[in-house]
Amino acid sequence: MADEATRKIVSQIPLLKTNSGPRDKELWVQRLREEYLSLIKYVENNKAADNDWFRLESNKEGTRWFGKCWYIHELLKYEFDMEFDIPVTYPATAPEVAIPELDGKTAKMYRGGKICLTDHFKPLWARNVPKFGLAHLMALGLGPWLAVEIPDLIAKGIIQHKEQQGS
Amino acid sequence: MATVEELKLRIRELENELIKCKQQRSQENLQNPVLRAKIDKMSAEVVDSNPYSRLMALKRMGIVEDYEKIRSFAVAVVGVGGVGSVTAEMLTRCGIGKLLLFDYDKVELANMNRLFFQPHQAGLSKVEAAEHTLRNINPDVIFETHNYNITTMDNFTHFMDRISNGGLQEGKCVDLVLSCVDNFEARMAINTACNELGQTWMESGVSENAVSGHIQLIIPGQTACFACAPPLVVAANIDEKTLKKDGVCAASLPTTMGVVAGILVQNVLKYLLGFGTVSFYLGYNAMQDFFPTMAMKANPQCDDRHCRRQQEEYIKKEAERPKQEVAEEEEEVVHEENDWGIELVSEITAAELQDASGPKPDLPEGITVAYTIPNKDGEINSGETLEETDQSLEELMAHMKKL
Repeated sequence: MADEATRKIVSQIPLLKTNSGPRDKELWVQRLREEYLSLIKYVENNKAADNDWFRLESNKEGTRWFGKCWYIHELLKYEFDMEFDIPVTYPATAPEVAIPELDGKTAKMYRGGKICLTDHFKPLWARNVPKFGLAHLMALGLGPWLAVEIPDLIAKGIIQHKEQQGS
Repeated sequence: MATVEELKLRIRELENELIKCKQQRSQENLQNPVLRAKIDKMSAEVVDSNPYSRLMALKRMGIVEDYEKIRSFAVAVVGVGGVGSVTAEMLTRCGIGKLLLFDYDKVELANMNRLFFQPHQAGLSKVEAAEHTLRNINPDVIFETHNYNITTMDNFTHFMDRISNGGLQEGKCVDLVLSCVDNFEARMAINTACNELGQTWMESGVSENAVSGHIQLIIPGQTACFACAPPLVVAANIDEKTLKKDGVCAASLPTTMGVVAGILVQNVLKYLLGFGTVSFYLGYNAMQDFFPTMAMKANPQCDDRHCRRQQEEYIKKEAERPKQEVAEEEEEVVHEENDWGIELVSEITAAELQDASGPKPDLPEGITVAYTIPNKDGEINSGETLEETDQSLEELMAHMKKL
């Protein structure tokens, strides 16, 4: 599935229990609570391991999520806005995470800045429905994508550090 | 005072200008040809001016019993890209009654390796550009377009409503939904909607490496739905290790997409007009020019509860139906399929070879699943399950914000 380090990080993210999507009304509220609990735990774990790398929040209904993710490269912090909708078929299908500001800058993206996940992600997600949640999506989807793409984009000069760019 | 010579020169200049203007106008006429008038009734008359003469000839030749029936059908095409646009064009040229087009995307120059759209349409929404072209081709077709993503909450509700009410007569359901989308999420959304509504649909797809594709007929409760098994793929017999995916998400070819749109619409015509054998699943392997076929029954353990409900209803309906030749014929189809040389994949060796973590359905040669799902009880637990808390959702949201 992934390298040993990712595997260890993922094993520390609490698994979810409620198999419900945004069309399920009360059961969705239950699922949302679990999503938040799992995300909070994951962020706390990251902070404890000095590896804090994203923030997420949602609208009241929990159907639209937005936040920031960042990547440290050669001691410089590169920060990006991210967003995604919860599809009606969630959790059977994972949301498609988008980083709109990188749209058109890398081929590893679909239109609208949706990141192109590895071949391993979808089978992994499908095998773990409904236990995997948004925290797992971050750890196994967005995290590895940033780790591969951001250094590459910096090396190619396609993205610059924002402060350096300003000076 | 101008001399005669000067005036002659001036006349020549003006004549040249007139010629230029005339040329320009005829070019404009080519770009905006006069639209043909609507035709009330399809005619079988063989004249150059009849756009339906060659289609109505299918009746005279005994292929189709009642071709005019095509005008009574409404078909929804979800995804108007490489496959969907060509599908919509074919149905338009065949004289379908109504087309409902769904797509949230815009035409881009990167789409020009596929058929249908033209460079000057770049920037327009795909549904808008398609409607314009298609209406020019056949003004008899009724068009309804929706420029949105069907997988989000609000749009999905609207999408369901149009499937159940967007028929040729408002308030009636459409006759068929065609999935021409390029991603798993949208397919699952269509599957969810059709299972809930009991709507028959056809799924189509082209692989990301552009050298295989498939079409599938899904009758809720009767044939396997999209969630009944892991996604099926046509084996392209390419060593995965040699397939380079660095730096790209997907490749596409106008050929493969045209072939898939062709076999999709062929199946639609056969299904709607009642001729030939309608395929339940037809794969296309472009590397070997191999077309595997099969039929797959619905999975009683399907994760989609509406699929399970449709299955119960189907079983009830089948039991109530007086036993007729039709039922026998269905069985025959199964035998016929077996005669095609279906090879059963030994589950044990497959599991050993691929280190698969779940069971694989029995599929004919050339078709496989994208991945397997382990049995519910034999899962590997990767982490701890959540502990219950008393915190409300609002409290948790606030907590997350403060982090």
